[in-house]
Amino acid sequence: MDSKKAEAEFTWKDLEIGCIVTEPGSTQYYRTGDWRSQVPQYTFTRCIKCGVCALYCPEGCISPNADGNFQADVFWCKGCGICARECPTGVISMVDEEE
Amino acid sequence: MGKKVGMEVSLAIAEAAKMANTDVVAAYPITPQTHIVERLAELVASGELDAEYIPVESEHSAMSACLGSVATGARTFTATAGQGLELMHEVLYVASAMRLPVIMAVANRALSSPLNVWGDQSDLMAVRDTGWIQIICENGQEAYDHTLCAFRIGEDKRVLLPVMVHVDGFYLTHVIEPIEIPQQDKVDAFLPPFSYPLPLDPDKPLTMGAFAPPILFSETKKAQEVNLRASMSVILENWAEFAKVFGRQYKPIEQYKTDGAKILLLTLGSFGETAMAAVDKLRGEGKSVGLLKLRLWRPFPFEALRQAVREAELLIVVDRALSFGGPGGPAFSEIRSALYSEKNRPRILGFVGGLGGRDLMVAEFEGMVKRALEMEPSGAEQEFEMYGVRE
Repeated sequence: MDSKKAEAEFTWKDLEIGCIVTEPGSTQYYRTGDWRSQVPQYTFTRCIKCGVCALYCPEGCISPNADGNFQADVFWCKGCGICARECPTGVISMVDEEE
Repeated sequence: MGKKVGMEVSLAIAEAAKMANTDVVAAYPITPQTHIVERLAELVASGELDAEYIPVESEHSAMSACLGSVATGARTFTATAGQGLELMHEVLYVASAMRLPVIMAVANRALSSPLNVWGDQSDLMAVRDTGWIQIICENGQEAYDHTLCAFRIGEDKRVLLPVMVHVDGFYLTHVIEPIEIPQQDKVDAFLPPFSYPLPLDPDKPLTMGAFAPPILFSETKKAQEVNLRASMSVILENWAEFAKVFGRQYKPIEQYKTDGAKILLLTLGSFGETAMAAVDKLRGEGKSVGLLKLRLWRPFPFEALRQAVREAELLIVVDRALSFGGPGGPAFSEIRSALYSEKNRPRILGFVGGLGGRDLMVAEFEGMVKRALEMEPSGAEQEFEMYGVRE
């Protein structure tokens, strides 16, 4: 089963026997970001690069960006808001996805 | 030639699993299946069967352990009955959907309540839609033969599906019958070693039984449906091969004295043996009666059924289970539905009888034919009856 293929592209004939997944770690291709109703918004000038948000993120989708500021990858971010609550300097605020 | 021996049918089923060189047995004892797994436990303990016997704490665990076992590529056998089959119910769907060919004997038993350990097919009918191949046996020889065939069918790379071999509790499991046990080398030649194409292996990690979101789930079910239907041709091919090697030919629907018969009885399981005697008697009285015996319950043999009833005017289906508040007997309902689109179909009537170990004797099968002839003209209101119930 080619897990990089979008789910909607699979026909019933493309599935491996018993829907076995033969590629380890393939859930990284599964977009959980579309479950989200809120998205984190950042004021990086306040970021002290402590990484607390990354430690608390239940998705493990937060890592330092090019500037070393911690940022969620919205491909996986489910918008739970735990990072916003835990950030000691108030970098993150959750805003509705529509905005 | 194999040797014909007097053997309890339960022990013959255990013998088939032994001669198939089963690697793993995970089972929980329950009446009337107990002798099958007791015997296998003995065979493993004595070293006659080189297998792992997992004494689990429930049937739910038994089937779960079987899934893990097959997933590693081990040939796996279990057996259960009645309430035990119900307790493993949710895991049955997992076995078929994950394409793990567990082979299981089911000693058909009534479902509580009231508590009743005796034979009936309520358990069989309750697992109808679990996606397993389901084969129904009529006597001890068939129980041995179909247990052996089940391994070859289920483990076939084109199939890879779990198989239930149904035997009526007590009526078959606890009787001693003359059974031909073939020589081991013949069994070995008939049954190739099991090789699961994608086994659990630390060197080649894979995920089994993963989550499927709505956008994939229907595709997985379609694949499962196509696969189970396609197993029909492989089942027939395997039975033909079995006939070549062992001399007994099995069919999805067995026929007895059906030539030119205007009235057909249709039974499932051990009823067939008694019904044959009734047919002999009725034929002796000049009545145009024959018998159909449904062997393959899933995949359902639509074409074989249509062919078998072509010349009949009246088809009487005898169920050993009841669909409460529904169409009567589950087999009756399916058979009627399978024939609905036929231009020339017999009138179809159903009886439900023999529940919870109530014996139906030759006279009762004769009585059902007579009763059906009375019911025949009276229309749709009376398409099924519970037979032999005291008013």
